[in-house]
Amino acid sequence: MDRPIRVLVSKPGLDGHDRGAKVIARALRDAGMEVIYTGLRQTPEQIVNAAIQEDVDVIATSILSGAHGTLLPKIAELLKEQGAQDILFIGGGVIPDEDIPELIESGVKAIFTPGTPTSETVEFIVNNVRK
Amino acid sequence: MFEKDKLSNIENSLDEYEKVTSKLLEKRPERREEFISGSGDSIKNLYTPLDIEKIDYSESLGMPGSYPYTRGVQPNMYRGKLWTMRMYAGFATAEESNKRYKYLVEQGSSGLSVAFDLPTQIGYDSDHSLAEGEVGKVGVAIDSLKDMEVLFEGIPLDKVSTSMTINAPAGVLLAMYIAVAEKQGVSADKLRGTIQNDILKEYIARGTYIFPTEPSMRLITDIFEYCSKEVPKWNTISISGYHIREAGSTAAQEVGFTLADGIAYVEAAIKAGLKVDDFAPRLSFFFNAHNDLFEEIAKYRAARRLWAKIMKDRFGAKNPKSMSLKFHTQTGGSTLTAQQPDNNIVRVAIQTLAAVLGGTQSLHTNSRDEALALPSVDSVRIALRTQQIVAHESGVTNTVDPLAGSFFVESITDKIEAEAVKYIQKIDDLGGAPKAIDDGYIQREIMDAAYKYQKEIESNDRIIVGMNQFQIEEARPTGLLKVDLSVGENQKVKLAELRNGRDNVAVEKTLLELRKACEGSANVMPYILDAVKIYATLGEITQVMRDVFGEYQQSVII
Repeated sequence: MDRPIRVLVSKPGLDGHDRGAKVIARALRDAGMEVIYTGLRQTPEQIVNAAIQEDVDVIATSILSGAHGTLLPKIAELLKEQGAQDILFIGGGVIPDEDIPELIESGVKAIFTPGTPTSETVEFIVNNVRK
Repeated sequence: MFEKDKLSNIENSLDEYEKVTSKLLEKRPERREEFISGSGDSIKNLYTPLDIEKIDYSESLGMPGSYPYTRGVQPNMYRGKLWTMRMYAGFATAEESNKRYKYLVEQGSSGLSVAFDLPTQIGYDSDHSLAEGEVGKVGVAIDSLKDMEVLFEGIPLDKVSTSMTINAPAGVLLAMYIAVAEKQGVSADKLRGTIQNDILKEYIARGTYIFPTEPSMRLITDIFEYCSKEVPKWNTISISGYHIREAGSTAAQEVGFTLADGIAYVEAAIKAGLKVDDFAPRLSFFFNAHNDLFEEIAKYRAARRLWAKIMKDRFGAKNPKSMSLKFHTQTGGSTLTAQQPDNNIVRVAIQTLAAVLGGTQSLHTNSRDEALALPSVDSVRIALRTQQIVAHESGVTNTVDPLAGSFFVESITDKIEAEAVKYIQKIDDLGGAPKAIDDGYIQREIMDAAYKYQKEIESNDRIIVGMNQFQIEEARPTGLLKVDLSVGENQKVKLAELRNGRDNVAVEKTLLELRKACEGSANVMPYILDAVKIYATLGEITQVMRDVFGEYQQSVII
C-alpha cells in the first residue's frame, strides 16, 4: 500500500465514554495511520456513510454502554449492503467474552476488551487490513 | 509551624542523611530512577518539617468544621455520623431496580443512588429510534412519572436521601421525584437528595449533554432558584470531578477543572440575580478515588481548602455553609481490571480508605466485575461490605483527619492546591470554564494525561497487577449480569398504553405552556412539574426544550 492506512474511529450509540476511543485514535496516529474521529453518538448509518465517504481502510468502534449486540451487527450488515466488507471492522470496550462469538459471526473482525495494549490493536490492523 | 533554630538543626541532619543515602545508592541503586504518584508527580524519598515550614496551622488547616475546612466539614466527622453508604444502582426496568434498592437498604445502605439508562439521560423515550439497544442497559429506563412511581414503590421518600445521576434533563427527573413524593404524602420541603445537574463536565468528559451551553446554564440556575424556595434540603448540583478523572486527568486537574466548573455555576447564578448565600450552601461536589492513597487524601483536603477560599474571597460568601465543600466519592472505575477481577476488591478497599481518610460525606464503592459488565448482586454486597469494614473495623474513623500534620500529606496537599490554582487561572484567562471547554483546552489537557498514562502502562513503567504483570491464564468469567432486549420492548408497550390512557389534550396544553416558558425568561421548573404530573413523557418534555434551545455541538478533539 502506497498511502498510510486510513482509520475511522467512532463511538456508536449513546454512551459518552470516549477515553478509549481517543487513546486508540492517538495510538493509531502515532503508528503512522491517518485517523478520523467522528465524536460521540453516531448511528450505524452515519458510521458506514462516513467510512465510505472518507474512503477508510478500517472502522474502529468503541462502545461501553452494553448496546454492542444491537449496534455492531447493524454496522456489519450495512457494510455488506454497501458492498464495503473489505473495510476492516473492529470494536472495543466493555464487552463480555461470551458476547464476542456472536459479534464475530455478524462480521466484526476483532473485539478488544479492557486492558488490551494499543500495540496489539495496531498490529492487528497492520496484519489484517486490505492490501 | 516550627521554630527557626530547630528547623536549621533539621536542615543539617537532612544534609547528613542525603550524603549517607547517596553513598548507599551508589552501591545499591533504588528500584526506579524516579518514583511517581498515580498522577505522574515525582515523589521524594523523604519528607520532613522543612517541606511544610510555611504552613501556618490556623490559616492552612484550622479546626475541622471551620474555615478553611482542610480537615473536614464537620467538627467531629465520623464520630458523630458515618458517611452515607450510597450504592449507585439501576438497570433494566423500574421494577427490577426497585428490588435492588430495597435489597441495598436491607443490607445497610444508607442512601439511594439512581442510575438511569442512556436514553433517559439524553432525553429520549424508550421508543425513540436512537434508544435502540440502549434501553435499561447502563441504568433504569424512565419514560414518565409512571415508571418513577414504580421505582420508588414502598420506599418512604421522607426517610431516605436519593441521589440521581441526571444532568441535561435533571429538572424533569427532579420534578418526577417531587411528584412521586407528593403522592406518598411527602411535601417537597422534606425531600433530601442530590441531582447531578452538572452539564459542564458532560461537555468535557461524560457526554450526556443535550442543549447548548447557555440554555443549559439557565436550566441549572432555574433549578437553584426553584429549590432554594421549594426544596430547600435538596442538593441542587453535584459538581463532578469523577468523570474528568475517569477520562484520564491527574488528581490536580480533577480539582482544578472541577472547581473551575463550580466557579462558572456560581457566576451564572449570581448573574441570574441570585444571592450567593441563598444557593451556595446546596452546592455539592463529587470526586473520584484512585489507588494512590496519599495523593487522593491530599486531593480532597486541597479541594476543600481551595473552595473555601474561592467562596470567601472571590464571591464574598458570608455563610460558612457556602464555603464548606461537601462531596460524594466513587471509587475509580478506570482502575478496575478485567483480568483477575477479584483483585478489584483490594483496589476498592484502598480507594475506600482514601475517600474516608479524605473526609467524604458519602461513598459508592465499585464492584469487582465492573470492568466486565453491570455488577451482580454478590459483587455489590462485597463492595458495600468493604465500606462497612473500613467504617467499623479499621479504626480510621475514630479521630478526625488522622493524617493532618504528616510532612508528606501536607506537602502534597499544598502542591495539588497550587497546581489546581494554576489551572483555574489559566481557565479564567481563557474566559471561564464554558469557553475553555468550547476551545477544547480542558479536553486536550485531560487527553494528554490519559495518553501519557496509557504509554506508561504499555512500557511497563507503571505496573497494573494482573494486566501487564502477574498475569495468569483465566477461564471466562461467568454469572455476569445481562439486561435482556425484551426490556426495551416492554418499555415500548408501556409507553403506548400510557399515551392511550392519559388526557392528551391536557398534555398538549402543558407542553405549550412549557414552550412559552422556555422561550421567555420565567423559571421553567413549575411548568415541567405540571407536565410531569399529567404524564407527559420525558421525551416529549425534552423535545419541547430541544425545539426552543437547540442541541449542543461537540468539539471533536483527540
